[in-house]
Amino acid sequence: MASRLTTFGNDLYTGKRSFNFVGGRRKWYAIAAVLIILSVLVPVFRGFNFGIEFRGGSQFLISNVAEATQEPAIDAVAEVVPDAVARVTIVGDDGVRVQTDQLEAAETREVTTALAEAYGVPESEITSSFVGASWGEDVTRQAIIGLIAFLLFAAVFMALYFRTWKMSAAAILSLFADLVVTAGIYAASGFEVSPAAMIGLLTILSYSLYDTVVVFDKIRENTSWEGDESRRTFPESVNLAVNQTLVRSINTSVVAALPVAAILFIGAFVLGADTLRDISLALLIGILVGTWSTVFIAAPMYSQFREGEPAIKRHDERVLKERDQAASTSEAPAEVGS
Amino acid sequence: MAAPSKRSSRPTTVKKAWRSLSWLGALIVALIAINTAGVLWAGGSWTPKLALDLEGGTQIILAPELAEGQSVTGEQLDQAVSILRQRVDASGVSEAEITTQGDRNIVVAIPGELDDETRQRIESSAKLELRPVILAGVASTETAEPTDEADEEATDEAEATETPEPTDASDFAWITDELQAEYDAFDCASIDEAEANRHPADEPLITCDTTNTFKYALGPVEVSGENITDATNGMVQSSSGVSTGTWAVNLRFDDQGTEDFAAVSTRLFGLEEPRNQFAFVLDGRIISAPSMNGIITDGRPQITGSFTQESSKALADQLKFGALPISFTVQSSDTISATLGSSQLQSGLIAGLIGLILVVIYTLFQYRALASVTIASLVVAGVITYLSITILSWYQGYRLSLAGVAALIVAIGFTADSFIVYFERVRDELRDGRALVGAVEAGWKRALRTVIASKTVNLLAAIVLFIFAVGSVRGFAFTLGLTTVIDVIVVILFTHPMLQLLAQTRFFSSGHPWSGLDPTALGAVYRGRAEFRKPAANVTKTKVASSSREAQRRQTIAERKAAELAAVGDTPSNEGKDS
Repeated sequence: MASRLTTFGNDLYTGKRSFNFVGGRRKWYAIAAVLIILSVLVPVFRGFNFGIEFRGGSQFLISNVAEATQEPAIDAVAEVVPDAVARVTIVGDDGVRVQTDQLEAAETREVTTALAEAYGVPESEITSSFVGASWGEDVTRQAIIGLIAFLLFAAVFMALYFRTWKMSAAAILSLFADLVVTAGIYAASGFEVSPAAMIGLLTILSYSLYDTVVVFDKIRENTSWEGDESRRTFPESVNLAVNQTLVRSINTSVVAALPVAAILFIGAFVLGADTLRDISLALLIGILVGTWSTVFIAAPMYSQFREGEPAIKRHDERVLKERDQAASTSEAPAEVGS
Repeated sequence: MAAPSKRSSRPTTVKKAWRSLSWLGALIVALIAINTAGVLWAGGSWTPKLALDLEGGTQIILAPELAEGQSVTGEQLDQAVSILRQRVDASGVSEAEITTQGDRNIVVAIPGELDDETRQRIESSAKLELRPVILAGVASTETAEPTDEADEEATDEAEATETPEPTDASDFAWITDELQAEYDAFDCASIDEAEANRHPADEPLITCDTTNTFKYALGPVEVSGENITDATNGMVQSSSGVSTGTWAVNLRFDDQGTEDFAAVSTRLFGLEEPRNQFAFVLDGRIISAPSMNGIITDGRPQITGSFTQESSKALADQLKFGALPISFTVQSSDTISATLGSSQLQSGLIAGLIGLILVVIYTLFQYRALASVTIASLVVAGVITYLSITILSWYQGYRLSLAGVAALIVAIGFTADSFIVYFERVRDELRDGRALVGAVEAGWKRALRTVIASKTVNLLAAIVLFIFAVGSVRGFAFTLGLTTVIDVIVVILFTHPMLQLLAQTRFFSSGHPWSGLDPTALGAVYRGRAEFRKPAANVTKTKVASSSREAQRRQTIAERKAAELAAVGDTPSNEGKDS
């Protein structure tokens, strides 16, 4: 009848089943800390695999070749520019990508002609690009400005919407975890960092925050509506909210990840379309990491920020005391756990 | 849909739902009408225009060459764009697109193949300045002798006036000892083109002509090349209108240029050689340094000399098209073959289709019949998005790029997200024991707030990305922002009304197991509210049925009722029709 996930969702909603996201926060923080440290260390030792946009250089992409081999390209480049080092990669089934040092416009034309001859394709099948070394710097600078602007606006918006800066702070902090870990995965895996990958990275921010806003909305509802009457402590209310939205989190992440995975598959394996592959790879990693950080970092952190407040402290102490009394007066469990 | 007979008794929700749907219909009809009008009368099309990476062509990104601390103004960028447009148009290329990007770069996008000449026209960084000549001499690698004299002269003058404040741009006072030494030692071969271009306009400049035969020391810029509105070549005509057979370049200045040039020519006319010369400096090199033969106040000077038709044409072109307010270098240049472009579009569309199918399968699995609402909503969102993009590409020059296609595909998932937020809210309400109609309304109230808040974050990200973005990011950000807005419209005007209407149908309101809103499956529990429907079924129906049959045989009616109650748990039920 109902799918297993629905039943699972029911149990989470009623509190019959519950994952201790908030209570076990030391454990989650520790895991996050390890991931973050690794993500910082890996690039230090391995460095990022920066794309041609950051190194500067010339690139040729030959499509629809009969036989995708590397030698003709190396020979063709050497013929025109003897001292250039050509890096040749095969993309998809019938594509060859050649990267060289920066070439002059005239040399670019000659290499194009030589490559067309070498692979027996018309020149119109060859895509060439030339990127100055400062292009990557430009992209990076703009990306950093964009990042800072977005974080500022988002922080202000969330502080206004949730009417507490603590939610905003927790969301932004978990966002940093997303960024660092995604960057770490990039460095560790050796995926190429291109401007398109940076778009992906910035888009993740928006997705990760989106996810956080949805969960926080439920947290706010749970913690404010019941107010002082609540028979749960503050961390318990937060935890229940996270559990209640868990099925939603899973569903939205899966639904968001599926099309992205489709682009990645087509982009990386079938076609070798760089833009598609780079954007979707960063997005896919980011969607998964973003969901993780909302549940395991943002929510527990928000709870932690609020627990110290006097009103909440008083409430939590009272709830725990009443619970103790109830447990000692009757041996029967306070709640029937059917 | 609601049965008409029940309309009268139906609450206002049905009316509201139909009103929302009418608004949506009106919106779609309006979009179609706008597009039709565009196609019929204004050169619109039913398909969006494609960017170069999908269509094939060349894209060149130009970045300004800036000295430390220097920046480009929007005005300079706009001027540069219009000059580049002239250059490209002059080469007969149609449909070229020249735009600014971020606050400093210029993107030149040209569909189809690009010939070398046009490429050179675009790539030549050309910044034109008009500076007065102060010193001139023959360029020579053995510098010493001929410049000694000038050296003394200048040094004397400098000493005489102690710390001289130059009174005008031709004043010798510009030539300090240092500069004099630099001039003496200057070797034309050592000119660093890139550096010369960044030379400050308010300081003197030492440079050579394009053939490296003469070297010059020039005063500060007096007229900027951007003040030249036109330059043509033609035969010099005598006062009686008869052609003299010599070629000349005719300049025309704008108001500012006319004023500036009048002042300069008044001063220069009558000065001794070489200070009566006026140098046209293109990219830090002197392309021409004619002497002033009269006072010109009408802003229409004529440059004469030993021109041929070709050389006069070349100079006129340089003066006309070379007048960028600031010089640019090529930052990246991409030539994309048309076949690659179309195959990328094709695979992008295939990826989108696969993504869509996966999402549909997953939502069907999760939400059963309710998934039809998701699918229909996605279709509606798709139609509105397609129409919007087509209209924007006709009206605003939007072009669909590969990154834009990626954004559209990503948007499938992001759009479905908001439906999931809504559905899960409705399910939560059902779990709390509400009836479907009430659950839809209560769930909507809460979901709408969440959806708008979270979509605002998405939109914010898209706007920030769009403003600060470079390269293909813009197409991505714009498309993502557009789909976010459309998503919110669809949720409000389609998804919610559809659910309101479906809630009235028997299939959904009875909580059919396949409806995706089956209270039993959702574990609805009585929570002390006025409205509750069914208890949680801890025991399967067959078990209840068989045990009750077994019991019926040996129990009294009262016993039987008590047993039934016990079997289904300790929550009371007032609706036993389903069991």
